[in-house]
Amino acid sequence: MATSFLRRRPAIRFNRRQITLWSIALCTLFLVAIVFSNRFIGDTGLDPALTQRNQPPSLAHLFGTDWLGRDMLTRSLHGMSLSVRVGLLAAGFSAIIGTGLGLMAGTLGGKVDAVITWIIDVFFSLPHLVLLIMISFALGGGTEGVIIAVALTHWTSLARIIRAETLQVNSSDYVQLSYKFGRSPFWIARHHMLPHVIPQLLVGLILLFPHAILHEAALSFIGIGLSPHTPAIGIILAESMRNLSTGYWWVGVLPGLLLLLAVQAFDTLGENVRALIDPKTSQG
Amino acid sequence: MLIGKQLAFRYPHHNWIVRNFDIAIAPSEVVGLFGPSGFGKTTLSKLLAGYLTPTQGQVTIDNSPLPDRGYCPVQMVFQNPELAVNPRWRIRKILAEKQPPDRFLLNALSIHPSWLDRYPHELSGGELQRVAVARVLNPATRYLIADEMTAMLDANTQALIWHMVLDYVRSHNIGLLVISHDAALIKRVCNRAINLMQVGTSR
Repeated sequence: MATSFLRRRPAIRFNRRQITLWSIALCTLFLVAIVFSNRFIGDTGLDPALTQRNQPPSLAHLFGTDWLGRDMLTRSLHGMSLSVRVGLLAAGFSAIIGTGLGLMAGTLGGKVDAVITWIIDVFFSLPHLVLLIMISFALGGGTEGVIIAVALTHWTSLARIIRAETLQVNSSDYVQLSYKFGRSPFWIARHHMLPHVIPQLLVGLILLFPHAILHEAALSFIGIGLSPHTPAIGIILAESMRNLSTGYWWVGVLPGLLLLLAVQAFDTLGENVRALIDPKTSQG
Repeated sequence: MLIGKQLAFRYPHHNWIVRNFDIAIAPSEVVGLFGPSGFGKTTLSKLLAGYLTPTQGQVTIDNSPLPDRGYCPVQMVFQNPELAVNPRWRIRKILAEKQPPDRFLLNALSIHPSWLDRYPHELSGGELQRVAVARVLNPATRYLIADEMTAMLDANTQALIWHMVLDYVRSHNIGLLVISHDAALIKRVCNRAINLMQVGTSR
């Protein structure tokens, strides 16, 4: 049946699984390209060239130039590369902490659960941005400061979701049966709970990623994040605020679009990986 | 002997669900437990299999209490097979959670080899229940509690599962407790039956 179908229409047709795999490959390629783009592009566009100030997008400068004559495409790619790395690291650490603690609380229960829930509540009761600023400041700012601050403050909501999910799975017949089969809590956490929380983990990671980028931008904006001459996307966007009203739209819009594309690529990546993992859709 | 002595159970601040209940099941004996809904049939099966700890009384196997850790020699087959298997595991992994299954056992339960790579939602309820039964029929199981094991299934599957389980129980000297509200079924498969209406549990 499939062969006759192909013979009639020789154009390349993909089934759903192939589309999923292709989406994953393309999004991964795009993000990897952004992360390594600064290596290929070099640093020349970052130097001020006062003769070429405020030029609109052209073939020589695809994203235009800013008020110091710096090439916006080069700056944007450098900035995205840094931001994607910072965002991934911070969101990744956050997700690991959240998953670990959530699984522990849900599986071991009792006192462990009480202590972890208490820590989560403490973090929730502190204003988010204040805690970020304090941790970042205590670590002396800079890239590491931002990564550690975002990682330490963003795991709580994910941990709560994963704890709730784990508690629900823990009371199910098949997990109770697994205990009666003599399986240890760690084995059960690894084999029964983890496959269950991976979709939550992916969604959490995807939601954390733009958060991490924006917080990095916020910290840089008030001067304890990255240093102002670093071409981070947050700094570029903050600078562009001044230029929007004067008609230099490309300084803000194009880097913003690039950020949007990167976040969207991450989102699509997460969706498709989840579809691949979920048994209900993985064999379709 | 699997013995439940003066079993009583209630959740904190609630009425008794089960009270002063005695039961003894010998190896290779098939005992029926009969009663209408709400008489604590499932609670009793969970007490005997160690899923719940009795508020009063105790459950012993050959005069020692049920083990806390390791494989429990009293195993239970649940009413809803869909809830008793991890929806994210393939059938192969579900069957092998205790130990990889015997090929003869799979044949006897007509579990087709092509199912092994499927996920639970790709099998029907009757097919899944056969998988759930195959999972607990292993040499370490000495008593089996079938809590409405075939209540949800069609007549053919019911007959297949009961023939197979009764054969296995007899040849492996396993004690079987059949819990059901179907008097005809209990009469057909059991050596003796306990009627909860006459014994009286809580109400």
